[in-house]
Amino acid sequence: MTVAPVATPVVSVDEPKVENVKGSKADMNQSLAIETQDVTRVYKIRGPKDKNAPSELIALNGVSIEVQRGELFGLLGPNGAGKTTLIKILATLLLPTSGVAKVDGYDVAKDTTQIRRNISMVSGGETSGYGLLTVEENLWMFARFYGLESAVARERIGQMLEVVGLADRKKTKIADLSTGLRQKMNFVRGFISDPNVVFLDEPTLGLDVSAAREVRGFVKDWLKQRPDGTILLTTHYMAEADELCDRLAIIDEGKLLALDTPLALKRRLQREAVFNLKVSPLGPRPSKEAMIETVKGVRQVTVNEVNSHVEMSLILDGEDALTGVLAHLSARGSNLISLEKREPTLEDVFVEMVGRGLNEDTSKRGGGDE
Amino acid sequence: MNSVERVHKATGFQLFWAMVWARAYPRIVGSLRERSWVFFETILPLMGTAGYVYVYRALNAPPQYVGFAVLGGAMTAFWLNVLWSMASQLYWDKDQGNLELYILSPGPVMAILVGMSVGGLFMAATRAVTIIVICSLAFNVAYQIVSVPLLILTFFLTMAALYGMGMMFASVFLAAGREAWHLSNLMQEPIYLASGFYFPVKELGGIAATGASIIPLTLGLDAMRQLIFSGGPSSGFLPVTLELLILAALSAIFIYGAQGALKKLEEIGRREGRLIERRK
Repeated sequence: MTVAPVATPVVSVDEPKVENVKGSKADMNQSLAIETQDVTRVYKIRGPKDKNAPSELIALNGVSIEVQRGELFGLLGPNGAGKTTLIKILATLLLPTSGVAKVDGYDVAKDTTQIRRNISMVSGGETSGYGLLTVEENLWMFARFYGLESAVARERIGQMLEVVGLADRKKTKIADLSTGLRQKMNFVRGFISDPNVVFLDEPTLGLDVSAAREVRGFVKDWLKQRPDGTILLTTHYMAEADELCDRLAIIDEGKLLALDTPLALKRRLQREAVFNLKVSPLGPRPSKEAMIETVKGVRQVTVNEVNSHVEMSLILDGEDALTGVLAHLSARGSNLISLEKREPTLEDVFVEMVGRGLNEDTSKRGGGDE
Repeated sequence: MNSVERVHKATGFQLFWAMVWARAYPRIVGSLRERSWVFFETILPLMGTAGYVYVYRALNAPPQYVGFAVLGGAMTAFWLNVLWSMASQLYWDKDQGNLELYILSPGPVMAILVGMSVGGLFMAATRAVTIIVICSLAFNVAYQIVSVPLLILTFFLTMAALYGMGMMFASVFLAAGREAWHLSNLMQEPIYLASGFYFPVKELGGIAATGASIIPLTLGLDAMRQLIFSGGPSSGFLPVTLELLILAALSAIFIYGAQGALKKLEEIGRREGRLIERRK
């Protein structure tokens, strides 16, 4: 799947043009597409029921990142971690409470017009557009909002629909599209305006495996076509982050915990032993806390109940700690079904850092925005 | 960095008009695709109008009163459009995730509101014309137009003020959140009375009619009745010229107010993290 180049009237640009509008100057550090310095965002909680309940929620706490042009940068964290808040700040939809954030060299607090001209955003589960319009008409409408000429918009729409495999649905009303097809259309909307920076907020949320794969392929191809384009992706799908991102920031409860390439992040666990265990508990269910407290060498554990058995992911100091784990489980009446040693994943990195899995929802830690 | 072919994007006034027509498009196309409006927005108001016509006839009212009721019945299309498709629209758009994308686009959101107005005006005009044509034929309404240019000016000034008010309400209703639905409901029927949709507003008395003049349809309807019916001037509330001046002033106030309200809305939205964002 490739993103076809556009043959219609275009402007040839060797370097992104930096405009000075109304005295507002873009940062001349052109290598950075996104830059945040100590960005904090505090939400006021309106009318807390309990007098002792907090009246504020710190959604982001002093987050500093730098994203190079041409980079696919990932924000990884559970629901409520602050990912969406950061994206909304960068997309000029929210103001930071403190700190500085720049996109394309422009300040998000002051230079909204300049930023908006060259960014776009696609969110998972998006239902934007008007159901009475066809796929082509909806995309045309949004393209015109960015000032694309009508004919250019139609040509780009045709080409991009071809790329995502939606060409045969061009004349279908969007009310008649499935979730997957609608999300593909949203993707085309996000890229139709030829942005410099694209924010993808959980873009594959709710998509089936094949649609998610196609969407990821689209993203990779776009970056090949636009080597100076930048994508900031939020996700809580580990495999997606691992496959797509050049670098990743792990974020939890508003704080930046780590920032590195996926490989480097996983290397942090290379000295440890990572195992998957499947047990059939006849006695009490295996507990994470009990195992960490009582078995020597157990660093982190996640426990998932699947039907009649329990799946566990273990990070151990070394392989020799496994004997203690098996003895502990056996003493509590659990039968071992399978045992597998595996390579560390980003999920393990996250568990090691915060002590819980990514799927554990923290969005209710005080009325979060996400 | 590689040489990259980039798409040309309009800015300034060109972008504004591109946005206006793009946003008007769904309404224009929608009104042609969704035919159920013929029943709900033409036949039903037509029945209400017919009721007033029969009352006037039963009471042997002067013949121009039939025309007054028909014109008022036709203008309900614009009032309903402003209430439900302008004032409440940003609230629905927020719910659907469109508002966020409007704010994100590089042009002014005012262009979106103007586009909604243009499209809404087209939608409502098709309904109003249908009502006028059917009622005029059915009830044999006689028209005596004093001045066509003045009538056109009156109509467009009324629409500018009315849709200006709709644009301003769009932000106000959005701030009201779920109450928007109730606000629309609350305003629908009383305005039929206050603005004199089915009778000359003069009958309400000077104070009430003056108060009702804040709704542009009050003076617009009154001026149009004076311009197209033979007995219109004798039932008029104010001289047409004065009504036009007031409508022009209302247009300016509402459009300026709409711009201010929109700016304030975005400011609050960005600061407080609500209003413009869809809750997932």
